[in-house]
Amino acid sequence: MIEIRDVSKTFTLHNQGSAVIRVMEGASLSVAAGECVALTGASGAGKSTLMRMIYGNYLAASGEILIGGVDVVRAQPREIIRLRREALGYVSQFLRVVPRVPTLDVVAEPLLAVGVDRAAATERARDLLTRLRIPERLWSLSPTTFSGGEQQRVNIARGFAHAYPALLLDEPTASLDAANRDTVLDLIHEAKARGAAIVGIFHDAEARAAVCDRVVDVTGFSPQAAA
Amino acid sequence: MTPLLKVESLTKRYGARIGCSDVSFDLWPGEVMGIVGESGSGKSTLLNCMAGHLAPDAGRVMFDTRTEGLQDTITMSEPERRMLGRTDWAFVHQHARDGLRMNVSAGGNVGERLMAVGARHYGEIRDSAEDWLGRVEIDASRIDDRPTAFSGGMQQRLQIARNLVTGPRLVFMDEPTGGLDVSVQARLLDLLRGLVREMGLSAIIVTHDLAVVRLLADRLMVMKDGHVVEKGLTDQVLDDPQHAYTQLLVSSVLQV
Repeated sequence: MIEIRDVSKTFTLHNQGSAVIRVMEGASLSVAAGECVALTGASGAGKSTLMRMIYGNYLAASGEILIGGVDVVRAQPREIIRLRREALGYVSQFLRVVPRVPTLDVVAEPLLAVGVDRAAATERARDLLTRLRIPERLWSLSPTTFSGGEQQRVNIARGFAHAYPALLLDEPTASLDAANRDTVLDLIHEAKARGAAIVGIFHDAEARAAVCDRVVDVTGFSPQAAA
Repeated sequence: MTPLLKVESLTKRYGARIGCSDVSFDLWPGEVMGIVGESGSGKSTLLNCMAGHLAPDAGRVMFDTRTEGLQDTITMSEPERRMLGRTDWAFVHQHARDGLRMNVSAGGNVGERLMAVGARHYGEIRDSAEDWLGRVEIDASRIDDRPTAFSGGMQQRLQIARNLVTGPRLVFMDEPTGGLDVSVQARLLDLLRGLVREMGLSAIIVTHDLAVVRLLADRLMVMKDGHVVEKGLTDQVLDDPQHAYTQLLVSSVLQV
């Protein structure tokens, strides 16, 4: 489902003497449907950079990133927009939403975007928020005012609302208590069971061991290692 | 599928000065495109050329009309272009007073647009106006008030209602949240996002507010000195800018 071939990444800092920073070379990775792969490596090794390239948030300098047949590196913006709407989900560490929108709508939005009717979308959103222990009295409020842990759980609920065939998870269990962590692990297991291909970053070794089938150390993709 | 709007090599000069130069892009149904750049970069000139308010020196602006498919709106007859402006297109001005009739009631401002496309039944027009005031969160009790009695944020929402009541397919917006309080901006952004999704609208939004485009626009064009220096997915352009000017622009934003 996710096929990464020989991907490299450089940053050119035009306003700082045009310094060119090579951060990744020769990254290759394949994730099958129903499989969960963890990216590991020290801070700064490039885990998030690789994840952002898969999502199309960072532009890869070379190589191919195929998701369900679409090459994210070369696709037109509208193809990536469609891919993100229908096939590629991303749970980032930060919640970014229009202020003032109620939590229930924030979670239901990805379903409305793929044409699910409002009643069914809201039902799914209620179910996820309940499972992630967001008190019902908060559902009509904007999550921008919530605590960090609550925001993260809203983000997770939103990320799991639609059954994306490919899913990227950036630290989905960080800063969660044991009960909520178990819920997130259950959601990941359920996503795998329905055939989702998942790439994740987990600092929590126990959580990683519980859901991941394989571990890929991105240190192997650093330019020095390839040189 | 056909693009809704196809802009080809659009160029506008003011004497020796360049307004915008050789701009080309396709806009697809349901897409929102942001145009950013500093004052004088040519973004408003480009918007006004596309919307038919300014005559470009070169280039084409092809629009997918309902009856005849892609037509060049620059070479079409004035009555045809005016009809397009009343039906399929809408233009939201930065200053609401430029897009409203200030001495006509709120209901009249909305109803007038319906009458311009042939609505004649007074009761239906008033019902429709009331419905739209509700959608933009203006209380129905204010329907007979003039916009001069409204706050800036309300005027802007009224302008949006006036523009969207005829069910356009493409909306041009020039700094729609400029000059508004941040709390009012958020409300307006929420409203626009909802309308874009529910009505399947396409929109082109000119702004210098990068936070606004991040939340509203799927795609982004960055302009400098009349030229498009970078374009792409909004979050990619903002998070991994490739051009020197975009890098400067993004790194110059003050963090809150």
